[in-house]
Amino acid sequence: MKQFAIILVSAILVNNYVLSKFLGICPFLGVSKKLDSAFGMSVAVTFVMALATAATWPIYIYVLVPRGLSYLQTIVFILIIAALVQFIEIAMKKYIPALHASLGIYLPLITTNCAVLGVTILNLDEGYNFAESMVNSIGSGLGFMLAMVLFSGVRSRVDASKSIPKSFQGIPITLIAASICAVSFMGFSGIVDGLFG
Amino acid sequence: MLVMPIVVVGGIGLVCSVVLVIAAKVMALPADEIFEKVRAELPGANCGACGYAGCDDYAKAVAHSGAATNLCVPGGAGCAAAVSAAMGVEAGEVVEQYAVVRCSGNCYSTEPIMDYEGKKSCAACNYFYQGKGSCSHGCLGYGDCLEACKYGAIAIVDGIAVIDKSVCVGCGMCAKTCPNHLISIIPKSSTVFVGCSSHDKGAFTRKVCKNGCIGCKKCEKTCQHGAITVTDNLAAIDPAKCVNCGDCVAACPTGAIVTCESRCVSISSAEAASAINAK
Repeated sequence: MKQFAIILVSAILVNNYVLSKFLGICPFLGVSKKLDSAFGMSVAVTFVMALATAATWPIYIYVLVPRGLSYLQTIVFILIIAALVQFIEIAMKKYIPALHASLGIYLPLITTNCAVLGVTILNLDEGYNFAESMVNSIGSGLGFMLAMVLFSGVRSRVDASKSIPKSFQGIPITLIAASICAVSFMGFSGIVDGLFG
Repeated sequence: MLVMPIVVVGGIGLVCSVVLVIAAKVMALPADEIFEKVRAELPGANCGACGYAGCDDYAKAVAHSGAATNLCVPGGAGCAAAVSAAMGVEAGEVVEQYAVVRCSGNCYSTEPIMDYEGKKSCAACNYFYQGKGSCSHGCLGYGDCLEACKYGAIAIVDGIAVIDKSVCVGCGMCAKTCPNHLISIIPKSSTVFVGCSSHDKGAFTRKVCKNGCIGCKKCEKTCQHGAITVTDNLAAIDPAKCVNCGDCVAACPTGAIVTCESRCVSISSAEAASAINAK
């Protein structure tokens, strides 16, 4: 159990995909304007990360590695993730139209979200087994959610502020706020050793 | 050696596509007939003049949320009738509109205060000390509106934008683009408009531009229909009261009030005139 706890904590806080590894910045900046959409997007990303790991891990271990084709992992994973997202969209449109309407354009955007691809590839780079990979991908999704929700709060305060100079309004101040958030997450490095060491 | 990777990637792709095709067939939704019918009647310009995000969004609102059928400005009355027929409701009246440029500061009436060498875009130039013109409210003439216009109704003549009334559909894309908010959308029935947006004091406006509104209120006094009011040194015409008599045009000492005949000319003739002026 201890190794799962370590993976989970490090995926959420220490190696936060957005704020430490700088993956998935596009939705982080694009969808973090409102808390509702930030939360919806994060749920979708977490869901897709878990499913993508469940689909790519067996294919890598049982199809690509035995044939010595592990160098194909990037292109195969992109293919699988894209198909998966399409499948989820079709299924969601049919069975959960409310969620489909609220995710709207964001769902296809996940197809090209590097955080999803990053999770699936890093799982294998770390040499995790299937259970560990699943924990890591769900943890990464939760970390993404944490960053999105925190940042949507930061952003609503920044947008409401009247004292931002004109040249900093919009994207520039958003990027600065994001960098300060990322710096604050650096404080979590070493927390794993402290907690479990 | 080469066959294996191709087979593996191709096979995975094939499996994915078969699964997707099956999923699309099994989980297909019945097509939205009303939406399709309404959408087919809309022009597809996605201009947003109706107040919705695009033609799809508007068609959805008409089909399912009971939005009015006469909101499409580019489509005009024909489109409203067609949409109403598709929905089986009475068509409302569509007020046809067009865009006018509220600046007359062409190269003969005003001077630049700097040699602007930056990006040739109104938005960029406007960031730079409120633009290159001596009047900070004026048309910058780099044609951001021209690029926004999907109908080719705008030309830059003598350094300012002019809009061809016969081509303009009143979608308002140019009005949203103009960094100085010089472009207004007015009903096609009104042919007289104020060609100036400067709220500066009359003496200053006079100094920087020969054609600017100086807020002298002569038009306000001349107008027999009470259609003109001068607020903050700038005249404004109420299209609901204006009868296009043209008395104010004659009364205006600076020529800030203009008519369609002089300003909303067809683009080909405007370009020809500009070429002659340039010589």
